[in-house]
Amino acid sequence: MSLLDIVNLNISFATRAGVVQASDEVSFKIRKGEALCLIGESGCGKSIVALGIMRLLPGNARISGKIFFNGRDLLSLHKKAMRKMRGRDIAMIFEQPAGCLNPVLSVGNQIAEAVKIHENCSGKISRQRAVDLMALVGIPCPCKRYSQYPYEFSGGMAQRVMIAMALASHPSLLIADEPTTSLDVTIQAQIIELLKNLVSQFNTSLLLITHDLGVAAQMCDSVVVMYAGGIIEKGRMSDVFKNPGHPYTQALLKAASGKEPASVKGSVPELTRLPDGCRFHPRCELSQDICRKIMPQMKKGVKCHIQKKT
Amino acid sequence: MLLHITNKKDRLAVLGMIILLLLTFIAILAPYIAPYDPVELNLTQRLLSPSIKHLLGTDSVGRDILSRIIYGTRISLMIAVIVVIIEVFFGVVVGTAAGYFGRAVDEIIMRLADILLAFPGIILALVIAGLLGSSIMNLIIALTSVGWVRYARVVRGSILSIKKEGFIESARAIGCSNLRIASRHILPNIISPVIVLATLNMGTIIISIAGLSFLGLGVQPPTPEWGIMLNEGKPFMESAPHLMIFPGLMIMITVLAFNFLGDGLRDILDMRINDIVEY
Repeated sequence: MSLLDIVNLNISFATRAGVVQASDEVSFKIRKGEALCLIGESGCGKSIVALGIMRLLPGNARISGKIFFNGRDLLSLHKKAMRKMRGRDIAMIFEQPAGCLNPVLSVGNQIAEAVKIHENCSGKISRQRAVDLMALVGIPCPCKRYSQYPYEFSGGMAQRVMIAMALASHPSLLIADEPTTSLDVTIQAQIIELLKNLVSQFNTSLLLITHDLGVAAQMCDSVVVMYAGGIIEKGRMSDVFKNPGHPYTQALLKAASGKEPASVKGSVPELTRLPDGCRFHPRCELSQDICRKIMPQMKKGVKCHIQKKT
Repeated sequence: MLLHITNKKDRLAVLGMIILLLLTFIAILAPYIAPYDPVELNLTQRLLSPSIKHLLGTDSVGRDILSRIIYGTRISLMIAVIVVIIEVFFGVVVGTAAGYFGRAVDEIIMRLADILLAFPGIILALVIAGLLGSSIMNLIIALTSVGWVRYARVVRGSILSIKKEGFIESARAIGCSNLRIASRHILPNIISPVIVLATLNMGTIIISIAGLSFLGLGVQPPTPEWGIMLNEGKPFMESAPHLMIFPGLMIMITVLAFNFLGDGLRDILDMRINDIVEY
């Protein structure tokens, strides 16, 4: 059975500019211990799907569909039950690690808090656990660093702290929302390595959100490509990257390979004014009449009228 | 110690702090320091100029001015501290409610605050003194009934901006409850603006206490209080100016000390300004 099974997840926001459909019929599964990455351009709804799983969406969000986690539908859970799952069963790390730490509390204190919330333990034990966690994520001199404040931590160290907090109660699913985007390239590699090791050490499932295809290829078993709120291609990492089906995935991979100065023409459509038919057709070189009129169906992991998986 | 601090503002803040510590000692130890009883009349020694026997002279009924100023420190600081504590308490509670719950609660509280802010404090004090009579208690009521609004506004504003910070979202992501987020993640972050406001506010409150007492609406004679001393010295302004000069100086020094300290604290606690270093 899959650990996480998302079925037809729709998330929309009522804004002054109109209804924004940030997630449109999104469905995918993550097995226990599997690493799945969600890729796509900025603004295509990746983070919204992640926040939807955590049920941490802003008040004006409307959400429908099913999110099964270990067989239970998260969307029908009571608020309190959901709160208990956060951190304990599903944890999340964010893009801006420095901004995710409370500036007036010591770093160790915040990790200890993450331990304490889900385990009824004494201050002494939670402190010890926090120090152990800091050592686990590779923070040097954890005892000394425990009582330091977030401004004394670099971005990479802060992200290690976030990882320590996220792993405090050994969640079965870790959602990492662009965990390395705001870091230096050398630090990125270290953080990716760390995440990879810890995830396999604890047998944690990983939902990695990124637009860095290199990172995705290094870490993940399967991939879901999103465009303008919807999934356009999904499958095993090796299949999709070796033999991309959708013109958008092909263009992304071409742009990432850097062999030719290629970029995908145009930009993601505004989510309030989506084109009819296939959402990618205004930017697609292969588009035909049918693409402009009818939304293609997902077939063999690709949502395209023209390209068929061979 | 003062010489080692290079920043001029920090130096002023330390100076303010030292003055305030001194004033606090004077207030606490008043009975031991004061050379005379502050309310004892001595009609044979009226309106004396400063001398060895009476360092700051005597007033129109022969009371020692130095002793009265020392006891006045006690009254002023005590009332100011009580007023600030009450204002901070109500301000933080109401401001937190407005900022945290938002929408209708926020709207109602903030419009009420606007109405209160539009009230001139001195007129409100007049009304309260007229209705309830003049006493220290009513003075405190008059000052706090309007004063808490400023704290409520500051607290609400800080909470609105902190609510959007990433660490609140990440606290939710590790499973913190609303109460925990409010008490552990939001409140510690609003303490510094509240401390700065309270320190600067102390000066204003001291002036208000003296002002209202000067007008006869606050502390009542014969209690030694700086505003009352100013009032009592008024008829002798030309013949014996020291009756007004010394209490006036005392008010000025105290208020300045609070302002220096408040300004310095604002710079120290406000990271944005603090981080900019010029070479």
